[in-house]
Amino acid sequence: MYKYNDFDEAFVRTRVAQFSQQVARRIDGSLTEDEFKPLRLMNGLYLQLHAYMLRVAIPYGTLDSRKMRQLAHIADTWDKGYGHFTTRQNIQYNWPKLSDVPAILGALADVEMHAIQTSGNTVRNVTADHFAGAAADEIADPRPYAELLRQWSTDHPEFQFLPRKFKIAITGAPNDRAVTKAHDIGLRMVTNAAGEPGFEVIVGGGLGRTPLIGQTVREFLPEADLLPYVEAVLSVYNLLGRRDNKFKARIKITLHETGKEELSRMIEERFEEIRGSFSGADQALLEEIRAAFAPPAFKTAPTDAHYAAQARDPAYRAWADTNLARHRNADYAIVTVSLKAHGATPGDASSAQMRVLAELAETYGHDELRISHEQNVILPHVHKGDLPAVHAALKAAGLATANVGLISDIIACPGMDYCSLATARSIPIATQIAERFKELDLEHEIGPMKIKISGCINACGHHHVGHIGILGLDRAGVENYQITLGGDGTETASIGEKAGPGFAYDEVVPAIERLISAYLETRLEPAETFLAAFRRLGPAPFKAALYPEEGNRNAA
Amino acid sequence: MSRRFTPKVVTANALIEGDVVYLTEDDRWSRHHHEAELIEDEAHAQMRLLSAQAQHLLVVGAYLADAKAGPNGPEPTHFRETFRTRGPSNYAHGKQAKTPKDGPHV
Ligand code: SF4
Repeated sequence: MYKYNDFDEAFVRTRVAQFSQQVARRIDGSLTEDEFKPLRLMNGLYLQLHAYMLRVAIPYGTLDSRKMRQLAHIADTWDKGYGHFTTRQNIQYNWPKLSDVPAILGALADVEMHAIQTSGNTVRNVTADHFAGAAADEIADPRPYAELLRQWSTDHPEFQFLPRKFKIAITGAPNDRAVTKAHDIGLRMVTNAAGEPGFEVIVGGGLGRTPLIGQTVREFLPEADLLPYVEAVLSVYNLLGRRDNKFKARIKITLHETGKEELSRMIEERFEEIRGSFSGADQALLEEIRAAFAPPAFKTAPTDAHYAAQARDPAYRAWADTNLARHRNADYAIVTVSLKAHGATPGDASSAQMRVLAELAETYGHDELRISHEQNVILPHVHKGDLPAVHAALKAAGLATANVGLISDIIACPGMDYCSLATARSIPIATQIAERFKELDLEHEIGPMKIKISGCINACGHHHVGHIGILGLDRAGVENYQITLGGDGTETASIGEKAGPGFAYDEVVPAIERLISAYLETRLEPAETFLAAFRRLGPAPFKAALYPEEGNRNAA
Repeated sequence: MSRRFTPKVVTANALIEGDVVYLTEDDRWSRHHHEAELIEDEAHAQMRLLSAQAQHLLVVGAYLADAKAGPNGPEPTHFRETFRTRGPSNYAHGKQAKTPKDGPHV
């Protein structure tokens, strides 16, 4: 696993020491809240509805057992025994006391973690494909590039006061599991005619108030040009990005206002200017980083146990069907551990569960763990012969839910149960949908389905790219939920279409049920997914299912 | 004629642990909404808010929230403020975890 260098270590320790003093000065009154607020936000500390919240970065979603155990230790010592994994591959603690935060940051620094640049108008935590380094379809592990970008952007003097926050996502595979088209910069690894790896550079994607799919400004960027090119994008944005209007400040608006052609031209021009100043030191660093991400020493052992368990145990079979993905080594599998047990809060893990995951990673998973933007935990390298033992241990910890990619594998942001920006709750909507479809015993029948829920227009729950998206709003003092249809966050990305008027809190689950019935009735065959059926049929049959009374009215 | 002023309470979060608190008429910070001062006059509301914001050693993020009179004292009118009197709906954490009346004042 990648280790911080001395510079990083010193930098993080200094920041912890500074923030400890700032907290002390806030508590003794020498700093007002107005003075303190930007300082705490720089260190990932937010004020939520019921308490503070500390957001901790998990760079490119990668953890090892030591880090995971420390996250559990923090949850037990200074919080309420659990943590919440987010779509940004962060972990959030919902109940820290202000006076404990310096100690928490110290404990994080002990395992080379921190909460820096999880807020503010900076380059945020670079997110990556959660199957990085393991996926069968991968051209190269994207994490060395993500780490290179992290080192380059951390505390970069030119980019600490961008017009707005800036999010970069990277995937090393043509199949996009990192939602690259909904980021300020999306980097998707591709190969050119000569078979060399490089990146498709996508700019100006983003969700939120103005959801837009990013546009490709460079079809193929040689990997050696990554840093100067990304810097060129940022410096053009830094110049053009609007600082007069917060809602128009993201690069997606810059792209829209400037036009793709002109923006691309300016990026290329800037790129030519600065390229020479990248003397190759970045490439030497990349090599160094890459060595730290070398694949583990895969073992050779019999895989019979897996196939025997599949034949013998239906529960195991169901889990293997949904929760395993193809590994680049045919004797291995990628295990997705669902944090979506029916009725449980999406993305929450108790400290006990974190310890089980750490233990499993250490014993069976080459000590690697990933957090996915879909709020699940990944054991990226498990030998097939060990899968039955892993499954048994997960089951004992309540972590063997066989629902990855199904209707109960819902993304939900914290919503109005925690978030001070929320306009409605999202968690209870998610848990009710999951429980209802479990009760109906329909989820395997329905097949691949992504429901994504946000508690406000900021769209942290990625609702625009859900096959079914749900957005919680406040309509005249009552929670109201808007449904969007046909969104997609992969390489075939699309923004969901609004279905029509919103639904009251207790009308959402029945509405989803009607929608699903319509899908089951209209699909050509079980293999035709909801998204495929929607693309074939358009919204009409689904709207009719959502708003039956309108059909009645028209018929009357 | 100006629009009728919607009554308010002053609410904030306790500085150290972040728990939701309400300003009382006798200048304490209570953990209970029904102990808040119900402010029926706009100018007085602004005064009370200023005085709350000045107490930055005790609280953070003070603001005025809509409320109405109830049998046991002021009650929230908006669901957001109702949630703040309880805690999250997914766990029995926050105020709902404590038995009523046990919370110490700030
Ligand atoms: S989408 Fe809105 S409610 Fe949900 S976490 Fe983001 S800001 Fe909060």
